[in-house]
Amino acid sequence: MTAAPLTRPLRRSRRRGRALIIGFLAPALVVYLTFVLLPVGLAAVYSFFNWNGLSALDRFIGFDNYARALADPVFQGAIGHNLAIVGLSLLIQGPIAIGVALLLNRPLRGRTIIRLLIFVPYVLSEVIAGLAWKLLLQPDGPVDGVLQGMGLGGVVQLWLADQNVVFWTLFFVLCWKYLGFAIILFLAGLQGVPDELSEAAQIDGATWWQTQRHITIPLLGPTIRIWAFLSIIGSLQLFDMVWILTGGGPVNATTTMATYMVQYGFQRSQLGYGSAVAVILFIVSLIFALLYQRFILRRDFGASLTRGVS
Amino acid sequence: MMNRRSKLVAVSAAVTLAVGALAGCSGSQGGGDGKVTITWWHNGTADPLLSLWDGVARDFEKSHPNVTVKVEAYQNEELQRTLIPNALRSGSGVDLYQQWGAGELASQVEAGYVMDITDDVTDELDAIGGTAAPWQYQGKTYGLPFQFGIEGFWYNKDLFAQAGIDTPPTTLDELYGDIDKLKTAGITPIAVGAGDKWPAAHYWYNFALKSCSPAVLQKAQSDYDFSDGCFVKAGELLQQFIDSKPFNDGYLATSAQQGAGSSAGLLATGKAAMELMGHWDPGVMGGILADENGGEAKAPDFLGWFNFPGIEGAQGDPTAALGGGDGFSCAAWAPKECVELLKYIDSVEVQSKFGESGAGLPVVKGSESSIADPNLQQVLAGLHSASYVQLWLDTAYGPTVGGAMNDGIVALFGGKGTPDDIVKSMEDAAATL
Repeated sequence: MTAAPLTRPLRRSRRRGRALIIGFLAPALVVYLTFVLLPVGLAAVYSFFNWNGLSALDRFIGFDNYARALADPVFQGAIGHNLAIVGLSLLIQGPIAIGVALLLNRPLRGRTIIRLLIFVPYVLSEVIAGLAWKLLLQPDGPVDGVLQGMGLGGVVQLWLADQNVVFWTLFFVLCWKYLGFAIILFLAGLQGVPDELSEAAQIDGATWWQTQRHITIPLLGPTIRIWAFLSIIGSLQLFDMVWILTGGGPVNATTTMATYMVQYGFQRSQLGYGSAVAVILFIVSLIFALLYQRFILRRDFGASLTRGVS
Repeated sequence: MMNRRSKLVAVSAAVTLAVGALAGCSGSQGGGDGKVTITWWHNGTADPLLSLWDGVARDFEKSHPNVTVKVEAYQNEELQRTLIPNALRSGSGVDLYQQWGAGELASQVEAGYVMDITDDVTDELDAIGGTAAPWQYQGKTYGLPFQFGIEGFWYNKDLFAQAGIDTPPTTLDELYGDIDKLKTAGITPIAVGAGDKWPAAHYWYNFALKSCSPAVLQKAQSDYDFSDGCFVKAGELLQQFIDSKPFNDGYLATSAQQGAGSSAGLLATGKAAMELMGHWDPGVMGGILADENGGEAKAPDFLGWFNFPGIEGAQGDPTAALGGGDGFSCAAWAPKECVELLKYIDSVEVQSKFGESGAGLPVVKGSESSIADPNLQQVLAGLHSASYVQLWLDTAYGPTVGGAMNDGIVALFGGKGTPDDIVKSMEDAAATL
């Protein structure tokens, strides 16, 4: 079949289509350029200067800020905390969330109420949840009181003040906060798994466990992979909950890259250095995102994935 | 269905809206009719300060009908470290703002963000005297304090009596003895809000003040020279003090001023016997008690005050005191009425109201008699008898070196690091300036 030359009306409608696309894209593009790309670019520029944020931008120091950050044991610790949270979230939150979602997917009395309750922590604002936990966890606070009331006084710790405990306290609160999101995501994914398959498996004599293991979970794969992606990026950029709950302390026991950035950039008034940390955080997140999309999300998105990062 | 033209109109309208929304972020300034709005930021988030400043703003509006004063109170650390620097950088949003002076003021002045008020406030400077120095830079005045005081231990007289302590300690050895007595009586001796870092760091400041001569301290402030052995000595004294375990449980995560679980809250509710804190502490405790129990903001009756004890055989000036104040500066772009408001805040009338409120120590001559609180009278006597008043070290050294210093000291509180590490982290931070 040979392509006929375009008729005039068709060409005009194409041009019109393009104008429409540009027109509707422009507002989003303007916002994206102003509030995403421009700040990222500016941070990259600032990161090459010794700048306190108030004076003129005139002391160029090359890569010194980057060298200083990467050599600082506190920043190395912060990267370690981020990576630990990435790993622990995948290993602990993932299985629990899948398990709960599978249970909630069965007919159950009060299922709606349970789903609602599980989702509540995620809906709460980070700051409110963080402050609430900070109050609950203070020495002789409500958590300690409940534990003692249950005869578990022996497990009481200085939840937020003990440098060996605080990271796990933080991780627990993070699980409490974000499990609901994972569960809802998985429940939504389970809606897409056709009942016919498990019915067929039941007729063939598969147990409930076999059905889940060989039919439901493999079909839930795309949802799990997307959740893991969101979880990794969220863990790398973790800030608000840590800032409210511990401020990165005590003695840097819970610093993340983002709290380190705020502490050194703003609180110590070294915006050039803080920008270098921001750029490092950006690059680390970008590498994770690109690798994950390239190697793991590939089968879900087909060929389109290296073209766009959401 | 829309025709082509109307579609394009719709699209371009959407674009215009988005661009307009972006451009619409700038604030409003005074119009041409002489109406002026002054935005005033302070850290008095609780009474008595909150209502006091509101009252001052309303009174000022009455005497200046063309002026509207927008008073906004923010949490201290947020205000000092984030909001004010951001507003100054953006060049709008605030006119009159809280100013802690010294190192911070210097970097703001060098960047050109602060109004030079030298010629407008000569009378006020006379009335304030030497405590205005941290608000001056290179011979010019860029702000005025509204309070200045020294710090010491606020203590619970009832708990001291319960532990069998008749008079507050005057030497470090006596303080150690009293800590033991309190512990024996089952009372937490000292509350410290190390979660906020600076309250813990103030112990080191005091040990440095008592170990270093004023000349060494002044050289440290001007040249960031911390080579004198007295700075390591301060850390060793602090290490010894921490080893005596005088602090509340979980002090590393305790905040200083927020709620009943904070160090001020622990002292106010009788759960700890002492707290090393500035002259503003009774005001903070009053606010916490009012929040917890309702009613009027009033400091507890059992409160007493004593100066940080001297150390036998130490190099520092024994009558030296560590202190600081709070002031306000006008931003470079503020209307001239801002200076009027600042002068009104430092009038004897408002300063006396401030003294009566018990929130702190006023700075203007003629307002001393308004200080009704016997503890604050004691702080004032301490201030007057001090041969040398050192400004809070973190304020004096500025946020970069001061921040590194505070983190180093908190690490020592947390059992990480050594007295040498504190000095080294300060020198390292000074090298990055």
